[in-house]
Amino acid sequence: MALRLPRIGTSQVAALILVLLANWMVSPQFFDFHIRDGRVFGSVIDVLNRGAPVALLSIGMVLVIAMRGIDLSVGAVMAICGAIAASLADSHTLPVVLAAALGAGLLCGLWNGLLVAVLGIQPIVATLILMVAGRGIAQLITEGRIVTFSSPDLAFLGGSGSVLGLPTPVVLTFGMLALTLLIVRGTALGLMIEATGGNPRASALAGIGTKLITVAVYMWSGLCAALAGIVAAADILGADANNAGLWLELDAILAVVIGGTSLFGGRFSVVLAVVGALIIQAMNTGILLSGFPPETNLVVKAVVVLAVLLAQSPRVAGHFAGLGVLLNRSRS
Amino acid sequence: MNFKALLLATAFSGALVSAGVHAADLTIGFSQIGSESGWRAAETTVSKAEAKKRNINFKIADAQQKQENQIKAIRSFIAQGVDAIFLAPVVSTGWDSVLKEAKEANIPVVLLDRDIDPSGKDLYLTAVTSDSVHEGRVAGEWLVKTVGAKPCNVVELQGTVGASVAANRKKGFEEGIASAPNVKIVRSQTGDFTRAKGKEVMESFIKAEGGGKNICAVYAHNDDMMVGAIQAMKEAGLKPGSDVLTVSIDAVPDIFKAMAAGEANTTVELTPNMAGPAFDAIIAYKAKGTVPPKWIQTESKLYTAADNPQAIYDSKKGLGY
Amino acid sequence: MHPTDGSTLLELTGFSKSFAGFVALDKVDFTLRRGEIHALLGENGAGKSTLIKAMTGVVARDAGTMRLEGAEIAPRSAGEATRLGIATVYQEVNLAPNLSVAKNLFLGRQPTRFGFVREGEMRRRADALLAEFGLSIDVAAPLETYSVAIQHIVAIARAVDQSARMLILDEPTASLDAHEVEVLFTVMRQLKARGIGIVFVTHFLDQVYAICDRITVLRNGRLAGTAPIAELPRIDLVRMMLGRELSAATAQRPPRTALAEAAPVAVFEDFGKTGYVAPFDLTLRAGHVVGLAGLLGSGRTETVRLVFGAERADCGSAEVDGRRVAISSPREAMRLGFGYCPEERKTEGVVADLTVRENIVLALQAKRGPMKPLPRREQDEMTAKFIRLLDIRPPDPERPVGLLSGGNQQKVLLARWLATAPRLLILDEPTRGIDVGAHAEIIGLIRDLCAEGMALLVVSSELEEIVTYADEVVVLRDRAHVARLTGDEVDVPAILAAIAADASAPAAAAPM
Repeated sequence: MALRLPRIGTSQVAALILVLLANWMVSPQFFDFHIRDGRVFGSVIDVLNRGAPVALLSIGMVLVIAMRGIDLSVGAVMAICGAIAASLADSHTLPVVLAAALGAGLLCGLWNGLLVAVLGIQPIVATLILMVAGRGIAQLITEGRIVTFSSPDLAFLGGSGSVLGLPTPVVLTFGMLALTLLIVRGTALGLMIEATGGNPRASALAGIGTKLITVAVYMWSGLCAALAGIVAAADILGADANNAGLWLELDAILAVVIGGTSLFGGRFSVVLAVVGALIIQAMNTGILLSGFPPETNLVVKAVVVLAVLLAQSPRVAGHFAGLGVLLNRSRS
Repeated sequence: MNFKALLLATAFSGALVSAGVHAADLTIGFSQIGSESGWRAAETTVSKAEAKKRNINFKIADAQQKQENQIKAIRSFIAQGVDAIFLAPVVSTGWDSVLKEAKEANIPVVLLDRDIDPSGKDLYLTAVTSDSVHEGRVAGEWLVKTVGAKPCNVVELQGTVGASVAANRKKGFEEGIASAPNVKIVRSQTGDFTRAKGKEVMESFIKAEGGGKNICAVYAHNDDMMVGAIQAMKEAGLKPGSDVLTVSIDAVPDIFKAMAAGEANTTVELTPNMAGPAFDAIIAYKAKGTVPPKWIQTESKLYTAADNPQAIYDSKKGLGY
Repeated sequence: MHPTDGSTLLELTGFSKSFAGFVALDKVDFTLRRGEIHALLGENGAGKSTLIKAMTGVVARDAGTMRLEGAEIAPRSAGEATRLGIATVYQEVNLAPNLSVAKNLFLGRQPTRFGFVREGEMRRRADALLAEFGLSIDVAAPLETYSVAIQHIVAIARAVDQSARMLILDEPTASLDAHEVEVLFTVMRQLKARGIGIVFVTHFLDQVYAICDRITVLRNGRLAGTAPIAELPRIDLVRMMLGRELSAATAQRPPRTALAEAAPVAVFEDFGKTGYVAPFDLTLRAGHVVGLAGLLGSGRTETVRLVFGAERADCGSAEVDGRRVAISSPREAMRLGFGYCPEERKTEGVVADLTVRENIVLALQAKRGPMKPLPRREQDEMTAKFIRLLDIRPPDPERPVGLLSGGNQQKVLLARWLATAPRLLILDEPTRGIDVGAHAEIIGLIRDLCAEGMALLVVSSELEEIVTYADEVVVLRDRAHVARLTGDEVDVPAILAAIAADASAPAAAAPM
């Protein structure tokens, strides 16, 4: 287990700034803002807005990973909850729609949590079940087509609505981030999650209810995925069960890892996981703005991710520090 | 059974053959890919309707996007002794042995919507597919005709990188606009055939092209991406359909809704009716032994606001898109 | 030179090794002769495995020289040690169970022709090799189809065939039954007759006396002694293994109070779990220390895990304050006012990633529940108090606990439970693997806690230590409580006698 002093996230924030600067270089209008109909427009806002689903997923994912788990089902849960929201949107009031969709997300999380905590199935296998079956469930709900709706209430939660000038998904993401921080850092849950992830046997012997916390964490991940699914459906005024959230579980895991949380559990940072999600999205947006041929998208992404992860690696950092010493010596 | 009766029976069946195969006697099995898209669902619905129209006993097996399920379905159709098998192949290779079994059982196979590897050419009767290069060409030609001599910057929303349909629709569109130097593609990115990505990519195109002022037309490889792009344009304060021309392919119901609202200009239909021509080919083949051409191309019909989009939307909505 | 003339084969002098400030081996000398079976004994953490690892190049030694047949060697990996003629067979057979016996014997050195493995030749050679060990089995069958004993012999045959001059057997008998042990001993005697020196690590004293020529005992990383088997009676051996010299101040024992004066905190009757530890009676009183003594694997840790609910008892009853209770989980035990510092500090005790402060507040926080977080100010005060009280070094509350030395980790663990103000504190080997200074401090602390009225249940291999604080000592053997010593009966000779007594012979101490 790697031991480190408490993180401050310098490398992640630096990486985000670097990616944003790179975007500015390929697209000079990147930092332009203008206000229309009381809403701020600009590429930076796009990064926040488009990054919202993965950021939401990463908020739940970081807690699961801190517990030495993983949740592969979040993409499928997004599809299920988006499908439920879109199917009900035109016939029910918004509170009913939200309650149904978020409730479904909690239920999916409960299922995952029970498989992991009670039946002791390895998280990667346990959540794979819902990852595969969940998309099928979503397709059953939508009957394989894109279910569209016209309810302006639900549409408000997508990219077209705005609160205080910011797109609603951005506000929801920051709200979820604040709520999660309040719950994990305002109570002792964060400490218990880190202790359980760091050493499950020791934590159980210290009297921590590790099973209960495991279930709760998967449920929170399900809730975050449900919100992401609602946002994604609200954004395109429809639920696309085949494509909603497809592969986003991988982006969310990547965001968590970029945010410096180890896949072996223990210390975590919710804020840096969201920063990780924004790095990924800033990269995506930058590629779209750059005009590079789409065939290069994945290569560019891979190179940037590798660079960010290498920058975090203590070994590489050590080499660079060594290099710095050498340079200083040669200079003196 | 006495000799007389036998003679009678032979004569009767001979008469039947000479009168031509009656469609009602045909049993056709269809190995459908599964619910991969709304178009696929519509194809299933339309196929059923077309079979009913012709009084054909039509069996559909849903393969859930798995080749092994399709192979199982074909074997079971052979065992049931159907008169013909329709196959919408999920992949292009690996069909040789099962199609040989069908050929040995003397059951003609018709490919719907997708082709298989050229090595299997002898193993099926005909393939009913759309020509996706042609679809792109129709879209490009419409745009050239519509803008006339005015300069026009086009942004393109590509399908999934590496998908043959995306490559073909791109190629066809470029051929369609090749004659007009005033029409040129200024930006091209993949929107993965999805609404969400179509919207996201369009948002960045708008930012990169001076808030959309430099964009004259959007070409999307499918309607879903265009629906997303239309939302992005509306949110950015542009008027799709008038400020920015739209041309896309597939003709799914939602694009007609946009067209009816004046937010989309045109779409090229990828008809869900692949089974209709296939039924006709089989009936002709069974009745008169007419061997159809190896490839039956479906029509790539262009729809514009002049075609009463609201009515088309209403009729298409029920198909399962 | 005759192969069994008893001349020196391997000579280690001044072997030392430290891990992160903890001295695992301290100037250990060791010699192995030709044709000798040499027992290497010691409790957990005594340094046996470190010595073996240093000998075979798995870990780099800090100091010391190593001579094999007079030539100085310094293997830097297990592979190099094997090439030099030092073969090692571990308790967990290190072979591929799904491959055939023949392939396992010749893996990596298969007979080949034109690059192809000659299966027939390989099988013939395998048959011949195993025949030397009196083993006639189908060498084409997968290894896993055979018993653990045969797997061990295959591993030994493989090791010896690679021109081994000496063989290290690390607890090979732990999972064998009596007959299998006999088969293994036959093989060991054959190897001995061929002049191969064998280092035999075990914790079964009967086996030591059955087969070994000499014994070396390690204790706390130091050499406790080497002697021919005939010159070391069982009781002296146990004394050599358990205990350490205490400073005069620590060895001073305050007068014991009479047992009956204190109120019982917890009473266990006929408490046990099938196949884990035999049913026992145990009474824990306020202000008293009960010590659990016995050799490794005798059921000491098992007893305390049952008491703390880390394992569920399947018979007997438990009473706390006269009320019948079910101790179904550590959480339950904690609610009853129990605390438990486990023996395995790294895997069951501290959370290495978390800071000293977080580790200290963990159990108290778990007791309060997640929704009532301890205010940061209280956490800081509490941490500062325990850092001061227990002299935790470095006195940095925000340092990850994994960066602390073993002794300081132990103090953090103690602090974690003291913070919950327990009525009964269970300590499993509280002084293992910690330096001399911390050792005296922890013993002092145990006495202080006892004086404050806490009930304590302490497991320790250090007999000299246990007699200085225990009011009562329970002796365990073969997963059963076999003797109880109280008051003035508690002394080292009595405990040693109870531990060393053969199961057949009547116990020297009062039977239970």
